Amino acid sequence: MSGGVDSSVAAALLQEAGHDVMGVTLKLWSGPNGETPTAGCCTVSDAEDARRVAAQLDIPYYVLDHTDDFRDGVVDRFVHDYAIGRTPNPCIECNRTVKFDRLLSRLDDFECDVLVTGHHARSREVDGVWQLMRGRDAAKDQSYVLSMLTQRELSRTRFPVGELTKSEVRAVAADMGMRTAAKPESMDICFVGQRDYRGFLHDVAPGVFASGSVVDSDGRELAEHDGVAGFTIGQRRRLGVAVGEPRYVIRIEAGTSTVVVGRREELAVSEIGLEKLTWSRGSGSDGPVMAQYRAHGETAAGWLTEASLIFNEPQEAIAPGQTVAFYDGDVVLGGALIASAR
Amino acid sequence: MIYLDHAATTPMRPEVWEAMAPFGSEAFGNPSGVHGVSRTAKNALEESRERIASIIGAKPLEIVFTSGGTESDNLAIKGAVLNSTARQGLVTSAIEHEAVLETADFLKRLGMPVTIVGVDPDARVDPDEVAGAVSDDTAVVSVMMVNNETGTVQDVAALSEAAKRANRDVLFHTDAVQAFGCEAIDVNQLGIDLLTISAHKFGGPKGAGILYVREGTALEPVIHGGGQELGRRSGTHDVASAVGIATAVESALDDRERFETEISAIRDHMERSLVDEVGDLVVNTPKTGRSSHHLNVRFPGVRNETLLMLLDQRGVAASAGSACQSGAATVSHVLEAMGLTPDQARESVRFTFGWTSTLDEADRAAMIVTDIASRLR
Repeated sequence: MSGGVDSSVAAALLQEAGHDVMGVTLKLWSGPNGETPTAGCCTVSDAEDARRVAAQLDIPYYVLDHTDDFRDGVVDRFVHDYAIGRTPNPCIECNRTVKFDRLLSRLDDFECDVLVTGHHARSREVDGVWQLMRGRDAAKDQSYVLSMLTQRELSRTRFPVGELTKSEVRAVAADMGMRTAAKPESMDICFVGQRDYRGFLHDVAPGVFASGSVVDSDGRELAEHDGVAGFTIGQRRRLGVAVGEPRYVIRIEAGTSTVVVGRREELAVSEIGLEKLTWSRGSGSDGPVMAQYRAHGETAAGWLTEASLIFNEPQEAIAPGQTVAFYDGDVVLGGALIASAR
Repeated sequence: MIYLDHAATTPMRPEVWEAMAPFGSEAFGNPSGVHGVSRTAKNALEESRERIASIIGAKPLEIVFTSGGTESDNLAIKGAVLNSTARQGLVTSAIEHEAVLETADFLKRLGMPVTIVGVDPDARVDPDEVAGAVSDDTAVVSVMMVNNETGTVQDVAALSEAAKRANRDVLFHTDAVQAFGCEAIDVNQLGIDLLTISAHKFGGPKGAGILYVREGTALEPVIHGGGQELGRRSGTHDVASAVGIATAVESALDDRERFETEISAIRDHMERSLVDEVGDLVVNTPKTGRSSHHLNVRFPGVRNETLLMLLDQRGVAASAGSACQSGAATVSHVLEAMGLTPDQARESVRFTFGWTSTLDEADRAAMIVTDIASRLR
């Protein structure tokens, strides 16, 4: 229970269906100085919202400390990725390492059967195999951030809210008199809050910023920069470069602290190298897939092998460190981390 | 629910509630006033003060009513330090309650000298170390009589004596919040200048406490205003609370013998059961020099967070460290000061007994704890 309307309604729906529900909020981050966040996601006031909903539903409610797991699996990873020129998605790493790994592994200790979240996704069991699918509300679908889940996780997780549209979720919450019915969604990274991520990196890992050159694709030096961590693929602004027409970051070479910029056409990507490939059903084979490489975006057709995905048509601006999810219609086949793009 | 978190708070004794009731209705007055309504309130307030004073060997005007243990600790330490003309500071121990340690941190940020003395594995403070830390730069020394997490009892008389040997003008404060009700407290026998008591720890109301301030001890008030409590603590008196504290103090005194024998036997019984049933259990509460009602134990390989949740589900209330603002348990600074690693501190749970505890409760709780602990390992 994050304190948001989705997890609030998820708890209510399961309770309504007659299940024994226990609400938990994860304490993940204490700020660089140990202070509890008061802005961004997962703040003290969010925990308060969750507690209030739990009280309203009359279910046991606990706050669980996963700050160590989060620091190791998410924050350190975030810093490390930027240092090597990648653009991380910490919410996905949180799902991969904290929520659906460390927390999930405690289910038996808690004497609980399943973990329930407010994600807009659906899961179902077909002939003994668990399938993850897009949520009914295509605009709110969050199956992308769950694409790393395999049978181990899917068999013990439920996503009750995925059958509803966002407005239906809010309507259920309003009907129940939940104060979180109209609460706006948090778009911030929970440990960065309302700051720019660069400010966060400066505070937590200033060493990540080593100055270097901004060059064009011929290697010609155009400007200086004060750290590759300040750039992401496809970035057009804040390049410190003025050549009369737009330039975009097409490559980040962290080893030499070099940012390569080019014309729009040079953003085209026809193949991505993959890491941490997982198949929902446990195993898969090379073949055609529909791939989604942004949190909200169209899928693109491509040919998937264990090590790479080759797009049928060139795609624009894909940043290593991001995630690619594979679909067969609405069913998630699996996902992977993008290690390289060319 | 088997309630084993008396160190956090205790149920109010019925006679306390009864004694307090009239002061919300017919005896509602503000003690500071000329008329009869005020006088009734004032009489009750002063009578409460006398009752409390006589029990700890103090004079009535040496008792200051406060909003509880935290405020009393703040007043004692800030009051002493901010009253000194030279920039004198504080000597305290690593196992104090946050009310003392956070106050110490605040004073340090203001530029006062602050020394924090370590403890041994039993959380005991060494009088010689205190004497060594005290100098002419020290305004006050603060060491708690009984530690809230482990129940370790300090030799306050020896500590105070040692401190005053090093600087005869230094004030000695002790936080007796966990001690009152199980330890004998006579301020003259202890040789102390300042003492904190909190009513809700022994069957009294919450938000109610006292600070004993030895006559002749000047304190800078923390709360300024109308000048009540001889200027030491301004604000309209909560007479109901004062009466509640006095009644609770008397009941606790009457009950002290039972605490020393019966309640401590109940605690010992649970300790024995756990030690017998849980093979590698480690007892953090020291074997000697322990309170009558604390039992702090460590379950190797078990997360206290999970254990406490499951105990709650099975109707046993216990705790570990203190809860932070979001509700998550924090790692105990007391256990760490004793030499436990953060992981070991995270395996430790505190069971504390009180005036309502029974042997049957201890028995049932021990069985439930054992059952859960063995499943979690």
